[in-house]
Amino acid sequence: MQNTLITLSLIIPLAPLAGALLAGLFGKTIRRSGAHWVTIIGVAVSFICSVLVFKYVIIDDFNGGKFTYVVYQWLQSDNFDFHIGFLIDGLTAVMLLVVTFVSLMVHIYTIGYMKDDPGYQRFFSYIALFTFSMLMLVMADNFLQLFFGWEAVGLVSYLLIGFWYKKETAIFANLKAFLVNRVGDFGFLLGIAGVLYFADSLNYAEVFAHAEKTKFSGQVIQIIPGVDWSAITVICILLFIGAMGKSAQVPLHVWLPDSMEGPTPISALIHAATMVTAGIFMVSRMSPLFVLSETAMTMVLLVGAITALFMGLLGLVQNDIKRVVAYSTLSQLGYMTVALGTGAFAAGMFHLMTHAFFKALLFLGAGSVIIAMHHQQDMRKMGNLKKYLPITYWTALIGSLALIGFPGFSGFYSKDIIIEATRALAGHSQSGIAQFAYFSVLAGVLITALYTFRMFFMVFHGKERMDDHTKSHLKEPGWVVTGPLIFLAIPSLLIGLVTIAPMLFGGYFSNSIQTPEYNVLGEIEKHMDGGFGVGAFTLHGLLQPPFILALTGIALAWFFTLKRPDYAESLKKGLKPLYLILVNHYFFDRVYQAVFAGGARKVGNILWNVGDRKIIDGLVINGSARTIGLFSRVFRKLQTGYLFHYAMVMVLGLLGMLTWLVWPVVKGVFNGV
Amino acid sequence: MTGIGLQECLFLAALLFCISIAGIFINRKNLIVLLMCIELMLLAINLNFIAFSYFSATISGQIFVFFILTVAAAEAAIGLAILVTLYRNRQTINVADLDEMKG
Repeated sequence: MQNTLITLSLIIPLAPLAGALLAGLFGKTIRRSGAHWVTIIGVAVSFICSVLVFKYVIIDDFNGGKFTYVVYQWLQSDNFDFHIGFLIDGLTAVMLLVVTFVSLMVHIYTIGYMKDDPGYQRFFSYIALFTFSMLMLVMADNFLQLFFGWEAVGLVSYLLIGFWYKKETAIFANLKAFLVNRVGDFGFLLGIAGVLYFADSLNYAEVFAHAEKTKFSGQVIQIIPGVDWSAITVICILLFIGAMGKSAQVPLHVWLPDSMEGPTPISALIHAATMVTAGIFMVSRMSPLFVLSETAMTMVLLVGAITALFMGLLGLVQNDIKRVVAYSTLSQLGYMTVALGTGAFAAGMFHLMTHAFFKALLFLGAGSVIIAMHHQQDMRKMGNLKKYLPITYWTALIGSLALIGFPGFSGFYSKDIIIEATRALAGHSQSGIAQFAYFSVLAGVLITALYTFRMFFMVFHGKERMDDHTKSHLKEPGWVVTGPLIFLAIPSLLIGLVTIAPMLFGGYFSNSIQTPEYNVLGEIEKHMDGGFGVGAFTLHGLLQPPFILALTGIALAWFFTLKRPDYAESLKKGLKPLYLILVNHYFFDRVYQAVFAGGARKVGNILWNVGDRKIIDGLVINGSARTIGLFSRVFRKLQTGYLFHYAMVMVLGLLGMLTWLVWPVVKGVFNGV
Repeated sequence: MTGIGLQECLFLAALLFCISIAGIFINRKNLIVLLMCIELMLLAINLNFIAFSYFSATISGQIFVFFILTVAAAEAAIGLAILVTLYRNRQTINVADLDEMKG
């Protein structure tokens, strides 16, 4: 069994890598169909292996549901041992399934979406590489490998966002994504350094054992001299800054909406499975560290709550179909982070999983609309697509209902459990931040329903606002597009219902996620009569404020987009200042561009003018040349070119040397006399 | 053979040597004078050989002198040949004109 698992766990990341290399390096030879076949087969093999690993490790309970294996010892330095290794437990297994499944769907879908693109092979190579990076990240058993995957994901996202590299905005967006991620990664790297410094190891098992044994008690770090900070708090906050970059939490969220510049399949991949989930996954993985620091957990909660509420509001004013979905991702990531902040790591992971399915579905649905509309993304030019795109319509409806948390759909279970968890925490701790988080997630439900259904109604219902030419070509794209939609719609509908009980209340994560002292999920379970029941939970949800808020949201969306669109216009005029703030994304982008980007350019200019041009070019390079020139102008006078001058110097030199040689003898002779 | 000892011989040789060096430095006109000075330098050395050989009653020094004279003759021939070629090329053997070695 051990050997089978080793083979499987090697195949899982290597199959997509092989596909990526084949498609990338031999793209010309294997042609377009070859490129999509190798990468799809690679990811499909990886998916099958993930299913098998899930069965062996989790269902058959191999070694208590935990499999670790060191593949390759990279280097050993003093006591530190850096290796590439795999850790497969409940947390990794669920990530493997989600990543490979969503990625497979996206691969198939890409055949349809990128049909006419000249960079077809390159695109397949990148998305397979993306999958590989994410798999390395989730399978890591040490911080270094985690960081490798983390950076690889960042790199490939850069390549993919700027895939249409001739498009000015795409270049801007990918640079922005890369730079903003660098800020987060810097914090992450410092966090890893902190772990190495205090725990003396980078292996999860050893670090967590150290955390359990010592609780980092008494270990302090002085960042400002004279002020002691608890080491664990500093480490957790730094690690979380990394997560903020990757998972796009305020204030490092600015790259995510811009990442819409890339082709739609990668938006689905980034938003659902392979990139933004990395931060949530990492914090869950580090739960044994995070539970030790209440301060860090509070910060996580606060950042999550701000993201969940304020980023959702931005979705209300967007007219680009993909941007609406992008802001909903930000808001949903906020929900996950809130879940992490309450200590319900399992709930965060659960929402990550359900979200991956319905968000991929929504993005691919949006992509399907975009293909049908001939790459028109403005919702104001759509309408009544229900008639032309029935499959997209129904699957998008499922996705939207899942997103707003309509009872019975997968999003309902994960989102409601987060709201319940926040309520439990708010009731328990009485802290202002917990209250705010509870308010945020509740208000978020209304907002989510509002913008989701605003988009849904604008695209699929109402008047047909497209031009006649587009209308005449409107038809459902082929099966490569609709197939993945249907395959993603099924889990979007059912996965929550099926898995909530075992995942959250069945101890699924018991060996991979640590729960804090005040276990909110345990509290929720306690409040239910006779343990947790899916049916009871669903029925209970029908009477709760979130459901009512969601319905209100749908009703409002219907009212403002279909019934009386003129009201929306007058509301926009009436609340002009608020509207302007929202349209400008709270001025985050402007401030960043003026202060950080502008400041960096100013500093660069100063360094270029003073450091480079004056000191290096002027003083060091031209200065030394000038000095040598000055000296040589004097010394060249000595070179007359006349033989007798050289001869004279030679003889004088000889004389001098002889004198020096003979002098002791001469002196002896004189002394003798 | 009265009055002439090793010291006198060596003094004469040194004097000849110095004259030849001075000739090399001071002479600015004719390259032939330069060659003659070099010859003179060799002869001064030969004189040393002969003096030491004579006063230490060893014959080998004087044998050396023969060899040196032979080599010197050959060297003078080569020097003069170069001189002739130089003159053909530059129409001058004035030392002051030969400053090609300047950088």
